[in-house]
Amino acid sequence: MNIRRNGQSDLVFNIEWQGGQTGAQIDLPDYLARGGYQALRRALATDPAQVVQTVKDAGLRGRGGAAFPTGLKMEHVRDNLELERYVICNADEGEPGTFKDRFVMTHLPFQLLEGMTLAAYAVGANRGIIYIRYEYPEAQASIRHSIAAAVEAGLLGDNILGSEFSFHLEIFSGAGSYLCGEETALLSSIEGKKGRPRLKPPYPTQSGLWGKPTLINNVETLANLPAIIGRGAVWYRSLGTADSPGTKLISLSGDVNNRGLFEVPFGVSFREIIESCGGGIKNGRKLKAVNIGGASGVVVPPHELDCRLEYGACAKREITIGSGAVFVLDDTRSILDNVRNRAAFFLHESCGKCTPCREGLRQVNRIIGALCGGAGTASDLAKLERYTRTMQQAAFCGLGQAAGNTLISSLAYFRSEYEAACRDVQPAAKKEGTA
Amino acid sequence: MLDKGKSVQAIISEIGTSKTALLPILLAVQDASPAHYVNEAAMNEIAARLKLSRSRVYSTASFYSEISLKPRGRNIVQVCVNAPCENAGKAAIIRALENELTITLGETSADAQFTLEGVNCLGACYLSPAIKVNGRLYGNLTAAAAVDIIRQCREGEAN
Ligand SMILES: Cc1cc2nc3c(=O)[nH]c(=O)nc-3n(C[C@H](O)[C@H](O)[C@H](O)COP(=O)(O)O)c2cc1C
Ligand code: SF4
Ligand code: FES
Repeated sequence: MNIRRNGQSDLVFNIEWQGGQTGAQIDLPDYLARGGYQALRRALATDPAQVVQTVKDAGLRGRGGAAFPTGLKMEHVRDNLELERYVICNADEGEPGTFKDRFVMTHLPFQLLEGMTLAAYAVGANRGIIYIRYEYPEAQASIRHSIAAAVEAGLLGDNILGSEFSFHLEIFSGAGSYLCGEETALLSSIEGKKGRPRLKPPYPTQSGLWGKPTLINNVETLANLPAIIGRGAVWYRSLGTADSPGTKLISLSGDVNNRGLFEVPFGVSFREIIESCGGGIKNGRKLKAVNIGGASGVVVPPHELDCRLEYGACAKREITIGSGAVFVLDDTRSILDNVRNRAAFFLHESCGKCTPCREGLRQVNRIIGALCGGAGTASDLAKLERYTRTMQQAAFCGLGQAAGNTLISSLAYFRSEYEAACRDVQPAAKKEGTA
Repeated sequence: MLDKGKSVQAIISEIGTSKTALLPILLAVQDASPAHYVNEAAMNEIAARLKLSRSRVYSTASFYSEISLKPRGRNIVQVCVNAPCENAGKAAIIRALENELTITLGETSADAQFTLEGVNCLGACYLSPAIKVNGRLYGNLTAAAAVDIIRQCREGEAN
């Protein structure tokens, strides 16, 4: 499959993503000129159940990390007997190496607002909140202006486009907590509490904000809705693969020639992403490893990169697409340094509610510190594996469950680097490493 | 009362006293404080006005990395410490900033002019290494460029 480059083709976002701190680049007149809000107009003339059905037919899955089918989530909220409902956009984007949601909010804010309004109509919600991380003041400003412009134009607020449907949208700012991106922690945060996760079930679709049914979706997920409703499920399914329809925004960073945001149809291989979008490895160096899915993702060697960007194919190889962060390491980089950085990140962000994560991360950090200082032993490697498995299986929330992914995958693929850092592993054994 | 700027009372009248107002109020109080922090008196006042226990306000305030309970410098320099920025040369940037400011990461200068903090991903990894100074993003940094930014800050203050 060939990669169609940003802005040059008929995908979901169709824009040339550019960096910088600019505000809204596609303003409301621009957005209307490119066909914006036609999907909402069309939806308002049909039954909300039809909107949910189209999203189900399109096969859209959540782009925030967990890949849950979006149409099904909508149906759960829609079918709830409680009439007070909420739609929340998760714009906490805390996964290190990810910047797609920031770009959507600063480049195409109205596509997100239209998507949220469609979602609200579909599930019968009249109130919505966009939870935007504190670190993104430019995104908060862009969305604030865009909400005002949409209200002014009758596209948000009371009686949208002259219909019976009303939807009121507010911004809520995070305050620097990665964990608040977890949906139940996010709810606690809005409710004025510490951003600690709650037990699931009940899921937010049953008991969300203030105990009411709540649809929580990622920015990218919601911004897909105008394309799906506007152009139909059949068109949407013409992008991507049968397993994973549509496109994915990829935040590409690290040792490639072109870092940046790229929209690619599902089904391309990771190698194609690195070569076609990234323009290959910087300074003519060789590829050593790729970290897919951010801090909570995995580290894989070059031979895994023929794997296609597709939920099914990736699950089989234990690759986590996650938020779509792809971070490339060349052959001068140390895997252990990368893992140490990730472990420190999780220790800092752990809320301490459950023992496996709180204590496990302390131990993991201690051992990696010892390894990096040349004082590790072979028994430390066994402990690393044991603690990480414990976190994966017994941690209360997704943070602790995913905190060891980088570690376990790198231990599997780059074990020789760990062994080389152990003072009691013989040089002969060191040579037999797998990397 | 705050050191300077808007009063806690004015902020609460603006944002309201619903339960969901707590975090927005804390952030606004910090924004209004020239030393970029939330002091104990302010937390007590918020607790009283929102009819929450003081421990509840403290527990929320202390949970979030972006809320400081200690006074900070007038200028806040935040260095991204996550992996993409680390790979792109974060350590050299931090060293240069520490030398220029004669403080270490996490500290505030004696003249209360600068605080140097390590922060998580700024969503600018396509520009790594990246830092933020007073909320403004700078990317593709070299050590020399980072030092220049600090000097410009000082000149801006002098004028
Ligand atoms: C520790 C942790 C952090 C998360 N951070 C985010 C985030 O920043 N943005 C996001 O959309 N989802 C994040 N999620 C996933 C959310 O819990 C949730 O699955 C998602 O918002 C659902 O939206 P989607 O179905 O559209 O993906 C995080 C999950 C965990 C466990
Ligand atoms: S896994 Fe970690 S972040 Fe999640 S509840 Fe347990 S301690 Fe908190
Ligand atoms: S890792 Fe530094 S900006 Fe993302």
